[in-house]
Amino acid sequence: MSNANTNAAVAASFAKRINLQQYVVYFGFVAIFLFFAIVLKDSGFLTVRNLSNIVLQTAPVTIMAIGLVFVMSAGEIDLSIGSTVGVTALAAAVTINQYGLVAGVLAGLGAGLLIGLINGAMVAYVKLPSFLVTLATLGLLAGVSRSMTDLRSVPVIHETFVGLFGSGSFLGIPSLMWWTAIAVAAGHMIYRETRFGAHVLATGDNARAASVSGINVPRIRLTVLMISGTLAGLAGLLYAGRLQAAKYTLGETDLMTVIAAVIVGGTLLNGGKGSIIGALVGSLMMGMLNNGLILMGLSVSDQMIVRGLIILTAVAVSLREKNR
Amino acid sequence: MDAKVIASAGQPVLKLQDISKNFGGITAIENFSLEVYPGEIVALVGDNGAGKSTLIKIISGVHAPSAGTITIEGQSVTMSSATMARSHGIEVVYQDLALADQQTVYMNMFLGREPVTRLGLLDRRKMIADTEKLVKELDVRIPSAHATIRDLSGGQRQGVAIARATHWANKLILLDEPTAALGVAETAKVEEIVQSLKQRNIGVLMISHSLDQVFRLSDRICVLRRGKQIGVRRTAETSKNEIIAMITGLQEH
Repeated sequence: MSNANTNAAVAASFAKRINLQQYVVYFGFVAIFLFFAIVLKDSGFLTVRNLSNIVLQTAPVTIMAIGLVFVMSAGEIDLSIGSTVGVTALAAAVTINQYGLVAGVLAGLGAGLLIGLINGAMVAYVKLPSFLVTLATLGLLAGVSRSMTDLRSVPVIHETFVGLFGSGSFLGIPSLMWWTAIAVAAGHMIYRETRFGAHVLATGDNARAASVSGINVPRIRLTVLMISGTLAGLAGLLYAGRLQAAKYTLGETDLMTVIAAVIVGGTLLNGGKGSIIGALVGSLMMGMLNNGLILMGLSVSDQMIVRGLIILTAVAVSLREKNR
Repeated sequence: MDAKVIASAGQPVLKLQDISKNFGGITAIENFSLEVYPGEIVALVGDNGAGKSTLIKIISGVHAPSAGTITIEGQSVTMSSATMARSHGIEVVYQDLALADQQTVYMNMFLGREPVTRLGLLDRRKMIADTEKLVKELDVRIPSAHATIRDLSGGQRQGVAIARATHWANKLILLDEPTAALGVAETAKVEEIVQSLKQRNIGVLMISHSLDQVFRLSDRICVLRRGKQIGVRRTAETSKNEIIAMITGLQEH
């Protein structure tokens, strides 16, 4: 092979590496931001209050998205995250009111962990497809959260809890931003820089290759679903803290937004590749879109249509990339 | 290097003695014995269903033999998983290569065995340096250690899979149809890499359907038919006609 040929090959592989899918979220984010900044400049889109509101409102979605990046990178899916949020928020609210802060937080996170454990065990050891398992638990949990309090909403009046997970702030930065930052930083480190992260990607990429390389594939599948369940539990706490109440409807409509954020953020639907930072930007983009469409005066139904179209586009780009 | 080969040539890296394997009532392998010496390439040939794959699975720890002993450098071993075979210095290059396509070359080189720094984080610097060194030594021509597997050609992928086995094996490499999916030029390149393994004092046991390739690469040829060893020949002292006769059953022993 001549030198020129080698250079050409290097250039070609470099061009392939810089592909549309990996960076689409950043271009999309900037484009949508500029669009709203121009169109809505008199409607208060650009105010610090509105922009920081977007970040605060997207905190639960961002945290669920981090869990889903792990799950999807391992080649699985978790459809139950939205209804996990309702159950965990209610579990936390009821427990706080009776047994106090620590018990309440543990109840919320513990419920999420347990749901993830059940999902994960069914997928990893009973060998059922995660799509069907989590579709079933999605329905099951929606029923559980409805029956827990007979459709009533449970107020959360614990001041420390509300401060920690809702309206409080630390060093002048709202607690919801802290949670987002901590979850993103920890998630990114684990995903990118640990053996566990590498094994998650290998499992989603080629489970047989991972298995013959000594990676415990069932345990990876179990663990990613437990991460996802626990982070959905944390999202439930954040909802309960911000709204100072828990209700079965919490998180119910979030599944689509979370999946969109993750896919737009460059995580492949079939596993093997993904990005935590991309999911964060994807989540902020979905939040900004939501906010902008409301300020533009679109109805709820119109917003849903626009969101659906964006997910369609994202999935198309994602699958095109995988089959290239 | 030559002195080293001679010094250790007395003892086989792998010794199979009276290996049998039954699946239910069916005998897949019957009283099979074979020795592979360091720096030697032994080809395993036989018709479809002769038991080559079963034998490879026994040596790589996937199946436990029903009877017989496996000896590695003089030590009798029992292996119940691929992980155990690997810990004995045996590596397999699977026909499907077992590479993770979306990951980089260096991540594949260390798949499942990634080194970490003192902080417990992936030691990418070590992985990249080791990969580049080995790829250069074996003359596997890839754009860089950072290249993604799916951007490589079939021959380059095969080269990476062999390089990975070479990195981890210190006794034996099993090659399952190393060039089945490759074109002429790529086959030549891969054969060159396999040849170079001899200088590393590793034993190589290779399955191949191409007799031309077997005669180009191997030192000895072991013929398998219906689970039985028909015979072992020195490649230099046999002919294709004899081997074909042994494979098809026109000639016994």
